Amino acid sequence: MPLCEVQDLQVRFPLRGLQAWLRTLKDGAPPVVRAVDGVSFAIEAGTTLGLVGESGCGKSTVARSLVRLVEPAAGSIRLDGTELTTLDDDAFARVRPSLQMVFQDPTASLNPRLSVRRAVEEPLKLHTDLAATERRARTDAVLEEVGLGADLAERYPHELSGGQRQRVNIARALATNPRLVVLDEPTSALDVSLRARVILLLEELRSRHGLSYLFISHDLATVRYLTSRVAVMYLGVIVEEAWTAELFAHPAHPYTRALLAAVPVPDPDAKRDPFVLSGEIPSPIDIPAGCRLRARCPLARPVCAEPVPVREIAPGHRVACHLV
Amino acid sequence: MADIARPPTSSSASLPASLRLIGLRLRRNWPSATALAIIVLMILAAVFAAWIAPYDADATSAEAALQAPSLHHWLGTDVYGRDLLSRIIFAARVDLAVAFGATALALAIGATIGAISGLHLGWVDLIIMRCVDSVMAFPAFILAMAITAALGNTVTNVLLAIAVTQVPIYLRLVRGEILRIREMEYADAARVVGNPPWRIVFVHLLPNCLPPIIVQATLAMGYALLTMAALSFIGLGIRPPQSEWGSMTAEGAQYIVTGEWWLFLFPGFAIVLMVLSFNLVGDGLRDFLDPRMRGVR
Repeated sequence: MPLCEVQDLQVRFPLRGLQAWLRTLKDGAPPVVRAVDGVSFAIEAGTTLGLVGESGCGKSTVARSLVRLVEPAAGSIRLDGTELTTLDDDAFARVRPSLQMVFQDPTASLNPRLSVRRAVEEPLKLHTDLAATERRARTDAVLEEVGLGADLAERYPHELSGGQRQRVNIARALATNPRLVVLDEPTSALDVSLRARVILLLEELRSRHGLSYLFISHDLATVRYLTSRVAVMYLGVIVEEAWTAELFAHPAHPYTRALLAAVPVPDPDAKRDPFVLSGEIPSPIDIPAGCRLRARCPLARPVCAEPVPVREIAPGHRVACHLV
Repeated sequence: MADIARPPTSSSASLPASLRLIGLRLRRNWPSATALAIIVLMILAAVFAAWIAPYDADATSAEAALQAPSLHHWLGTDVYGRDLLSRIIFAARVDLAVAFGATALALAIGATIGAISGLHLGWVDLIIMRCVDSVMAFPAFILAMAITAALGNTVTNVLLAIAVTQVPIYLRLVRGEILRIREMEYADAARVVGNPPWRIVFVHLLPNCLPPIIVQATLAMGYALLTMAALSFIGLGIRPPQSEWGSMTAEGAQYIVTGEWWLFLFPGFAIVLMVLSFNLVGDGLRDFLDPRMRGVR
């Protein structure tokens, strides 16, 4: 049984304001943004699932609904067999130690008035009944593990570098020994030189503690290194999901092909898939019927206006496209 | 600005270094430092008035009436022969107590309701903000006059009146700051870590709105003092024989034409000095607490 199983997750945001009101008069129903529109995936214990897609495709909303920063409209989220969406707040609080998250912006996600020690100690204070000295020891151990010396423990976030701040965020997420950590673009705000070191650290922590990650990113090189499976999201749905090696070797969905074709290759003679999409990602308020990529896809045919089937084209490789 | 470029090693939390930095900043902003010293001196004088004041504030003496400033009576005497310096020192007690008390009360009420308003957007916020608008639509001083006129002019009522006129300022300030900070990623991070709502508010949100509130409170202290003196001046504040700067200025004003200039000048000067000092300290604090100056804290 997978550690985490998400089925048909849907998140909608109501629109407000004058325009929304006018649309309500026209259409008879208040307009909603369907940020996540039926997403399903599973994460096996000790593995990493990558969730990729361009900005605004709903990948961060998936992450935020896992840790209940947004309420899903429908669907099921199971962690270790426990259904999370129906838990009340108290029951969910008891799950939180095993389900943590690292945010994108290492500076904004640290309270500027808490020292490193207090920030990392906080989850222990909230979820364990360790004595003060034991908490201190555990905090030191976690800081050590993410590569921060004890001399940094009394510092405040503004006294740290970007890389050190993200290590503090990782330490805070790891303090309670979680099973699943949601990583929402944890390296995109860092310098390229620091990025690699944080990625190596995350991978090392995963293998040492048997952690599972949901790794959200649009940096495909990082995804390729860190994940065992990849799900590609477009406009609120997963369009392709496969084992990482398989996906990078045989991308099947036109959107995945376009994503991979956009990655620069450091070899001027390399043969490249000259696959380019036209236009911009449409608004998640007006989602086209049938295939959502239809208007931008160079391969689009009349059949693409029909509801899209999800097919398994190789073991574990699922694609939502009429043409494969 | 040169300080910002300083590497973070300078803030390695060694006490003498940070003390030296504070000293440096105080010297650079000498008007605020002087103002702070004046306020501290005035508070000390108020607390130890019984030891510092050369005479009893209420001791009358017929032969010492209306004396100009001299070596015996540094700031002169009033029509009852009371020593003006002693009265000004004793008046600092009630003036400063009401200014601090009104500010603290307004801050406590304003911050609490402001936080509630910022956290519960929707109809709760709507009702609170419309109430605030209606209070603010009233000229603050007229409102304070109305309250003391209706409730009677005791020290408590003056304090209450000033506090009521200042609540909206803190309320709006805290609400705005909470609205800004609740959307910060560290507020989300606090939720993910499992903080209960009260801890998110008191540990993660409110402490981060402190700097602008501290600045506002300091500036408002001068305003509270001025309101109180003005209320007393028109007879709606603290009543004689209780010595108070505003009422003393009003009493002294009667003697301008007869030439006893010291009677209105010195209490008035005390008001000006304190209001100016609070404003200068507020300005200094604003620079001091500027987030961009954090690195040299």
